[in-house]
Amino acid sequence: MDFSSLNPVAMIVLLIGAATPILLAAIGELVVEKSGVLNLGVEGMMIIGAVTGFIAATTFDSPMMGLLGGAVGGALVSMTFGFLTQYLLSNQVATGLALTLFGLGLAALMGSAYNGIRPPRMPRLEVEGLSDLPIVGKLLFSHDPVIYLSLALVLAVWWFLNRSRAGLVLRACGENHEAAHSLGYNVQLIRFGAIMFGGACAGLGGAYVSLVRVPQWTEGMTAGVGWIALAIVVFASWKPWRVILGAYMFGGITILQLSLQALGISISGAYLSMTPYIVTIVVLVIMSADRKRASLNAPACLGRSFHASH
Amino acid sequence: MFRLEQRPQPSKTMLYLTPVIAVLATMIVGAALFALLGIDPGSAIYLLFIDPFVDSYNLSQLFVKASPLILIAMGLSLGFRAGVWNIGAEGQFIVGAIAGGAVGLALWGTEGWWILPLMAIAAALGGGLWAMIPAVLKIKFNANEILVSLMLVYVAENFLAQMVQGVLRAPDGMGFPESRNLGRNDATSLPDVFPALGIDAGGVVMLVLLALAFFLLQKHALGFQIKLTGESSRAARFSGVKPGIIIAVCLGISGAAAGLAGLFELTGAAGKLTIDFPVGYGFTAIIVAFLGRLNPVGILLAGVVLAGTYIGGENAQFQLQLPAAAVTVFQGMMLFFLLGFEILINYRIKRLRRAV
Amino acid sequence: MKFTKTLAAAAAMGFALTGGAMADDHPVKAGFIYVGPIGDLGWTWTHDQGRLAVEAEFGDKVETSYVESVPEGADAERVMSQMARSGVDIIFTTSFGYMDPTINVAADFPDVAFEHATGYKRADNVSTYSARFYEGRYVIGEIAGAMTETNKIGYIASFPIPEVVRGINAAYLAAKSVNPDVEFKVVWVYTWFDPGKEADAANALIEQGVDVIMQHTDSPAAMTIAEEKGVYAFGQASDMSNFGPNAQLTGIIDVWGPYYIERVQAVMDGTWESTDTWDGVQEGMVGFAPFSDKLPDDVRARAEATIAALAAGELHPFTGPINKQDGSVWLADGEVADDGALAGLNFYIEGIDGELPN
Repeated sequence: MDFSSLNPVAMIVLLIGAATPILLAAIGELVVEKSGVLNLGVEGMMIIGAVTGFIAATTFDSPMMGLLGGAVGGALVSMTFGFLTQYLLSNQVATGLALTLFGLGLAALMGSAYNGIRPPRMPRLEVEGLSDLPIVGKLLFSHDPVIYLSLALVLAVWWFLNRSRAGLVLRACGENHEAAHSLGYNVQLIRFGAIMFGGACAGLGGAYVSLVRVPQWTEGMTAGVGWIALAIVVFASWKPWRVILGAYMFGGITILQLSLQALGISISGAYLSMTPYIVTIVVLVIMSADRKRASLNAPACLGRSFHASH
Repeated sequence: MFRLEQRPQPSKTMLYLTPVIAVLATMIVGAALFALLGIDPGSAIYLLFIDPFVDSYNLSQLFVKASPLILIAMGLSLGFRAGVWNIGAEGQFIVGAIAGGAVGLALWGTEGWWILPLMAIAAALGGGLWAMIPAVLKIKFNANEILVSLMLVYVAENFLAQMVQGVLRAPDGMGFPESRNLGRNDATSLPDVFPALGIDAGGVVMLVLLALAFFLLQKHALGFQIKLTGESSRAARFSGVKPGIIIAVCLGISGAAAGLAGLFELTGAAGKLTIDFPVGYGFTAIIVAFLGRLNPVGILLAGVVLAGTYIGGENAQFQLQLPAAAVTVFQGMMLFFLLGFEILINYRIKRLRRAV
Repeated sequence: MKFTKTLAAAAAMGFALTGGAMADDHPVKAGFIYVGPIGDLGWTWTHDQGRLAVEAEFGDKVETSYVESVPEGADAERVMSQMARSGVDIIFTTSFGYMDPTINVAADFPDVAFEHATGYKRADNVSTYSARFYEGRYVIGEIAGAMTETNKIGYIASFPIPEVVRGINAAYLAAKSVNPDVEFKVVWVYTWFDPGKEADAANALIEQGVDVIMQHTDSPAAMTIAEEKGVYAFGQASDMSNFGPNAQLTGIIDVWGPYYIERVQAVMDGTWESTDTWDGVQEGMVGFAPFSDKLPDDVRARAEATIAALAAGELHPFTGPINKQDGSVWLADGEVADDGALAGLNFYIEGIDGELPN
């Protein structure tokens, strides 16, 4: 086997592109779950973001407006979930699944007029001099802006959750909503905000798919990325920087599988396609096995409704 | 301003009234949506909500669509009551169909009444064992069962793809990735029992199991332990319930039920294993379980209503040119309303006077 | 009542189909069952174009209807039955997976004509039809072989089924005939439709030095990537030049309209009978997107000559000598592959690297 033509730098560039939608959706969902809410509707919010982002980008002929449109679309549709689960106390698992169904349908309806159109191109951020450096230039200085944004977002979420007072309150809602309430915090409002943030991130991830990764709109184009994002959050045991690890690892396995084939190495596609999921399970088991540490991270009130009875 | 106030007792009236209110609300908003799309709202609502339950052919299809949903939801509801979140029923459905189907294919050409029961046992074991993976990982390593069971859906899908391209591929199928047609073989096809409603032998098993689940929850100690675990895991532990056992039992039962549903789908409606064999029953069943409020009777009703909208949706597509996506939106909306109005069972809306 | 009357009439006439649709002056009703959404811009979209062509041709003499995204299996059977019950005269079931459901339902509705795409099971009221896409792939393979500078052609493949394997073999034969140094890199993505994965596959291939991409998956994702990376690609099922104005050299177009018009006409005339159609370039079922002006004159001329030869029936892509991948003889010199062998083709021909997954 000749592995020499496998260019690691190029593969890393590819895997970052494949991982970024997952990363965006997952970091949003992480904040949602930290506030004590489990939203299984990530796929639905992503596809809505993909279509609203696409519509905004083509309408205003601006990729940046597209990203904004995706985030707004995702946030808006997540409000149905927020209203139902926070104010009408509906079951989060069922409502999340309903949101996915609703989002897939609505996106298809909205997008039917946008088939076969090419969106405006997302410019790459090229830094004079730096982008031309061997290896480092390609690895670090020649991505599209969303990739830098996604990493900055992870950093911001990390700072928010661990260093800011507001983040502490949000985590308190996830750990013990009764206590947070008795301290005078509006648990429902905080969770509603977190859900909208999660929706915006998922929408942004969806817009990344329809504007950058595969610049086009086709029905059902997110093809399950939202579910992967959900998995990555747990895989990361609710730690922001591990979300990067999880998303990039997942993207990496996908790209490796395709690249090996392109290289002419015969592999059983079906078995290899399983590996990301099996690896996720294995890593999860290893991380969860240490009960003390795992329970420190998992929000204690995850998935439980809160109603202030007094 | 309004405020929710917890009722001292769940309202019996609202328990029965809320689904009706929710369906009415869905009809109104749905009608508006259809009108917006330029489709006659009256006909669309009729096709989606009435026609599936009055037209004789539609009725004969009702349980074809509803049975797998109800059977899977029934199994899931036990776990959901105990706070065991199996959302990977789709994977257990697939593995059950593969396991049972493999037995049927291995015995191809053999005749005998015992073949179908044997396949059913293999399917229940297959689905059950697949569900034991998250159970064991949860008990031994505290791994989150939501995630593990979900991941195993993708593993199962890929496993299915491998099987139908490999050992289970029909030898006379011209190389296409699909198995022989088990539905066309007397020994491996499910007999019809009550065709007017689309109930075959699998449908009967489903109804029997549903009755058993009802009994389990109402009368049996295990049902009590499951409910207790869900309400308060600490109280359950104090009264001697072993959480590990509950996890294993709940996942095992739900996996076996999903596996059986997979086999019934294979030997009844679908006929053969293909890459596209799974069509999402495992996920839709989660919604059915909650719409039925985790109660066997409720699940039966929820499964039938949802199946009706699927059947009606198909009819509305070719009779009114209603886009498939509009049907999906409509279903999503109905779920939102059903879930949202549930609040009225345990809470009442109170008008707040402006605070001084 | 119409049902029994027609049955009696059919029995009397000795064949099981209604010719009565025109006699009572009702429009002929044609139903279509699609496996994907009509917005997929690929397989289902082209069939819907065929449906629209039927409407355009017959105006108010025809009523068409369709159901999209119908899962193969029980749901398909129900939708077909519902359509048949609603008085549809002819039903086109447009996916291989609808084969058994079509046969089952057709048995219950002997007075309805069924047309099943890409299958091999027929009955008195079930026809099958498909297109010789491999002829199209032969043409674009030839163009790809001439246009590649790196001598590496990428091929994004869905599932290792005969239809796809046939396409790879045909394209390779043609590419090799104009460029002996050509090398095929095949990536199996195990899906018909996943734009993200198709885009990743295209990227991975380009990374390996591929400068012409062919695909046997449904979405225009690879085309958009080719455009972005400045390599060539071919439209799949429909003209995808919107997505790759510079990248698309040409494309294989699935042209279902004329066949659908012909079959609906036959129902109108009462002459419909069960047939097995496998049409290609000659009959116009396989068409081509306009050639890109990037094609040099000689390449263009040769492609046009090849198309002309296919259209005249003078050229069969699978004409010997052709060896199998292991070097054993498949077709002797001058021998032409018969349709049966092509239908079940499950091996690579000599020269293609890599193992066919199984």
